[in-house]
Amino acid sequence: MAAPKIMQQGRVVPWLYVLPALIVILVFIVYPTINTVVLSFRDRRGEQPASVDCVEGQPCWGNFENYRYALTHPDMTTALKNNVLWLLIMVPAVVAMGLLIAVLADRVKYEALVKAIIFMPMAISFVGASVIWRFMYYIETGTGEQIGVLNAILVALGIDPIPWLSQSGINNLALMVVGIWLWAGFCMTILSAALKGLPEEVLEAARVDGATDWQVFWRIMFPMILPTVTVVITTMVIIILKIFDIVFVMTGGNFGTEVIANRMFKLIVTDTGRSMAIAVLLLVLTIPIMIINVRRFREQEAIR
Amino acid sequence: MRPLARLNRFFSRLPLNLAIVVLCLIWVIPTLGIFVTSFRSREAVRTTGWWTVLNPFGKGEIEGQVEYTTYCASCHGEQGDLLLGANLSDPELVANYPRSNRLLAVLRREIEGKPHLEDPVLPEDPNAALELLAPILVYMDSLAGGEKAEVGKLGVRNYADALVGYKGTQDYLTDCGQELDSTLAKFDCNASDLLNPEGMGRAFWNTILVSIPSALLPILFAAFAAYAFAWMDFPGRMWIFAILVGLQVIPLQMALVPIARLYTEVGLQSTFVGIWLFHTGFGLPYAIYLMRNFLGGLPREIFESVYIDGASHWTAFWKLAMPLSIPAIASLGIFQFLWIWNDFLVAKIFLSSNPVLTVQITNLIDPRGGNWHILTGAAFLSFIIPMLVFFGLQRFFVRGLLAGSVKG
Repeated sequence: MAAPKIMQQGRVVPWLYVLPALIVILVFIVYPTINTVVLSFRDRRGEQPASVDCVEGQPCWGNFENYRYALTHPDMTTALKNNVLWLLIMVPAVVAMGLLIAVLADRVKYEALVKAIIFMPMAISFVGASVIWRFMYYIETGTGEQIGVLNAILVALGIDPIPWLSQSGINNLALMVVGIWLWAGFCMTILSAALKGLPEEVLEAARVDGATDWQVFWRIMFPMILPTVTVVITTMVIIILKIFDIVFVMTGGNFGTEVIANRMFKLIVTDTGRSMAIAVLLLVLTIPIMIINVRRFREQEAIR
Repeated sequence: MRPLARLNRFFSRLPLNLAIVVLCLIWVIPTLGIFVTSFRSREAVRTTGWWTVLNPFGKGEIEGQVEYTTYCASCHGEQGDLLLGANLSDPELVANYPRSNRLLAVLRREIEGKPHLEDPVLPEDPNAALELLAPILVYMDSLAGGEKAEVGKLGVRNYADALVGYKGTQDYLTDCGQELDSTLAKFDCNASDLLNPEGMGRAFWNTILVSIPSALLPILFAAFAAYAFAWMDFPGRMWIFAILVGLQVIPLQMALVPIARLYTEVGLQSTFVGIWLFHTGFGLPYAIYLMRNFLGGLPREIFESVYIDGASHWTAFWKLAMPLSIPAIASLGIFQFLWIWNDFLVAKIFLSSNPVLTVQITNLIDPRGGNWHILTGAAFLSFIIPMLVFFGLQRFFVRGLLAGSVKG
């Protein structure tokens, strides 16, 4: 903000406007964050140091005992591995899907309708979307007909039905599909706006010079919207790090689909110390994104 | 040449249109599935896929019609009245067969030295035969003027069940119609049932009570702060604002336990005020960011001119900044409202005694998949408001999304 010409005012007045919001933020974000870090070094009830949970003869990290759990326990390594899988597979997939739809829809007359359809899942809850997809993935294990769409298609093709949500190797991908279905609309909307903002003359010049659509997209359009793509990716990374509802409703974290936020929720009553250590882990993982966002903000302000 | 060129163009664009249509179908079918299912009977949901409803030939099929046509229609006729001595549409005759075993006895008897049924013959296994005859009896009853029991009949009974939280064996409307004792013990069979804590009706009300204040409060706080960040000068202004940008991505998981403990001490646990304040806290960094960017983007001259005219900040805020930022407030309000309406985690932890829609839906999930008819109805009830807001105010929603897409 290259300081706008600002009206004269007393020293106190600005704070009267800012303080109510700042106090709420201090009480509900800053204080709890510090408190959570403190609790992550305490025992399951948050009263004594975490080291009391150590057992003689077993590995122990002293006051970092809860972090030993958060980083080395098999439940947590599964969860961490799954979060990494979500980040590596789902984030590129959803951004690519959003970009693909944005580019395709731009070329037809019924663009608004296509966008509304793809964007619609954004309006509903993760819980509702999970119910929708539980029904898609449903498997009838008895003698009855398959009433889930996917297994009915498999049976019609003469293939055995698949337990999408309980078969490891498939179930994590099945959950990611739900995420893509939910968030592709978000990626599409933002990327589409960026594409439409590109100067027409540049694209036209390239076409006149004989560039194919493919070349125009990859050599000109994509590099020009790269900053927006970065914004979309960082936003998706934050969302995926905290992914919870989909896993909670669809598999409850069973059959090897556990994720960090779900582990944190499961332990929140029974073992506060471990739960808080997991929350801190989540915070630490978001810090790079936080830095990227603040840096980008400062660059934008420098331009203004 | 002209029409040919047009045809050429059509075929060259065919793959593009096809790809888009397929994508749209993939996006629509899952939601369509639960929408259709929510109107089907429990029996129909359990036995056949929802897409069978879309088959125009299956529509209006009456229970037992297929069986009747196969076994009886060739002699007795489509309407059952072809044989004078055995008019199957005669109510008196039908009344002789209250159960399918009576009918089986008759059918096993020979008529003039020939089996009653020749083509096709009844199954030998008595149980299989009885299972076949039951629907035929139902159909004969309908021929005789009884109520037609349509298999694929669609109705809103599942919604009634979901709204009141019915968990019996038939459905709420039928039970209340029959004044069933087991149902009357739990329900009054009038509008007051909508307040049953286990129902979606009550959850709907709870969700409204949570969402509206939780959407408005952060906007109020944010508007004041954003005005100061945009049009006032004070030490640390840039630093504080940069910190707010960073705070946007703090996972709300960081605050759950400390705030729950704080609430237990001050008596705000499981209260609406508690959840309003929590959502306000976590909505603020984004709200301030969005509002400041909007206010800071307004032309400087109009603010300078009102200051020169002697207006105070208070007047400029209410008379100038607020009216001008109504588009931003609308976007922000819609965004925050939908976010909270769809929230599950915070409501689960801070409002367990008054379940909201999302929490109530998770309570309804049957791991064995036995109640899809109610679950789908419940899910759709929770979609009504978001869908209305979305389709009615999509413009604002998209604008809010574009203005700053770093919500935490």
